[in-house]
Amino acid sequence: MQFALSIFLSGISLGGQYALIAIGYTLVYGILRLINFAHGDVFMVAGLLMVYLSAFLGSFLSPGAAIGVGLILVLALTVALGFAIERAAYKPLRSAPRMSVMISAIGVSYLLQNFATYITGGLPQTYPALPLLSNNVIIGGVSTKVVTVVTPFLVAVLVIALTQLINHTKVGMAMRAVAKDFETSQLMGIKINNVISMTFVIGSALAAVGSMLYFTNYPSIVPLSGSLPGLRAFVAAVFGGIGSIPGAVVGAFIVGMSESIIKGSPFSIFSDAFTFALLIVILVVKPTGLFGEKVTDKV
Amino acid sequence: MLKIDGLRVNYGGIEAVKGITFQVPERQIVTLIGANGAGKSTTLRTIAGLVKPSAGRIRLQAEDITGMSPDRIVSKGITLVPEGRRVFPDLTVLENLKIGAYLRKDSLEDDLEWVYSLFPRLKERSWQAAGTLSGGEQQMLAVGRALMSRPKLMMMDEPSLGLAPLVVKDIFSIIKKVNEQGVTILLIEQNANMALHIADTAYVLETGRITLTGTGEELLNNEAVKKAYLG
Repeated sequence: MQFALSIFLSGISLGGQYALIAIGYTLVYGILRLINFAHGDVFMVAGLLMVYLSAFLGSFLSPGAAIGVGLILVLALTVALGFAIERAAYKPLRSAPRMSVMISAIGVSYLLQNFATYITGGLPQTYPALPLLSNNVIIGGVSTKVVTVVTPFLVAVLVIALTQLINHTKVGMAMRAVAKDFETSQLMGIKINNVISMTFVIGSALAAVGSMLYFTNYPSIVPLSGSLPGLRAFVAAVFGGIGSIPGAVVGAFIVGMSESIIKGSPFSIFSDAFTFALLIVILVVKPTGLFGEKVTDKV
Repeated sequence: MLKIDGLRVNYGGIEAVKGITFQVPERQIVTLIGANGAGKSTTLRTIAGLVKPSAGRIRLQAEDITGMSPDRIVSKGITLVPEGRRVFPDLTVLENLKIGAYLRKDSLEDDLEWVYSLFPRLKERSWQAAGTLSGGEQQMLAVGRALMSRPKLMMMDEPSLGLAPLVVKDIFSIIKKVNEQGVTILLIEQNANMALHIADTAYVLETGRITLTGTGEELLNNEAVKKAYLG
């Protein structure tokens, strides 16, 4: 029973963290029809930023203040990074074939990984303990970190806020319009580049929050730390139907939960194999995913 | 009001518009007629800022608006009802109307009432997704959406395309009504008969050049036009 509970807790917490990354994939795909392969690496950079900023700020602030200011700076800098990537690597290719933009995304992914290797020297960096989130709690006899319990609630709040933004604000209306039809949106007076930047800003901010929750559960970060969580979140987004936000969230919880179950079984070594086998099965059985729209022209 | 001077546009590797000059006087209905591929749509898309011209000037009143971005052109009071209506299918009718007023910061209530009075059908369906409307209703929505920006000049690209004759008649009577309320209209049509009947001024466009000019009535009675466009 306790074992089942601990599997469940780690499953929903992992699912929530994947959901925050998966939303970034799905938002960008919804508007640009681009799979932003650099997204997982933005998530990794957010983690590294926290490592370096907390050390730097800790040299002249109290430990608590250093973490607090660090979290805010990580959020701001990750958003700036997402914005800059779009402007530098994707915007100039707006009228190029989609394949070119995708290759540009792969390039950015490697650039970020190599840059991280250069900065860290390839050595694992210890993620700072966040006050409160890193503390242990005991639930139903299972010892876990506070972050495990906080994650699903924080994800729920962020997802609700995001759907409100998209469905009930002017910016959200513009995002839905641009996702459907670039040209007609321009005729309405919408500056599509601003709307596209907005989706990268939102996606990066969520990835930054996700990195704070995710890396608190892991001892250290390496330059490749973003690639597997990124891929799993991408699988989650495809599972739910890429382009759909509820789909990405549901998909992420399914991927997180199944990963947690398999890691608790004797077959733990196959957990990634299972995730990607799942992807293949979905693509064969229901190519548009659980909540996906029917679109004929996909990459 | 709008002066086009020596406009040339390259589109998809060919010169679609080969130096045309024409004017749209204030409060008139002006029409460009011509066959498929004559350069009509390209002309409107260039005025709207979607395509950049290779030469020539576009002036609105005294101001040169050549090469401005589409959002700036909308803010100057020019709007385009695109070919094939292009309403946003997932947005509700009301959201489609609101997005037409995207650049405006003032209250939309009066204009919504105005559009609903022109198209009572849209009011009945304001909560419906635009994709569920019939073709005629979508055309009404596209016109209503354009009017929500409070345009001085409304350009329309083939409003009759794919609609039943009765619906086309409705749309044209609305165009006249909108024009009587002070909005200048630039209309392009393959349905030359309808267009010439309501036009104050008309131009015939053939393979990127203007070949004939006159009032709507003059062109209706012109032998060459009769033969080529009125069947």
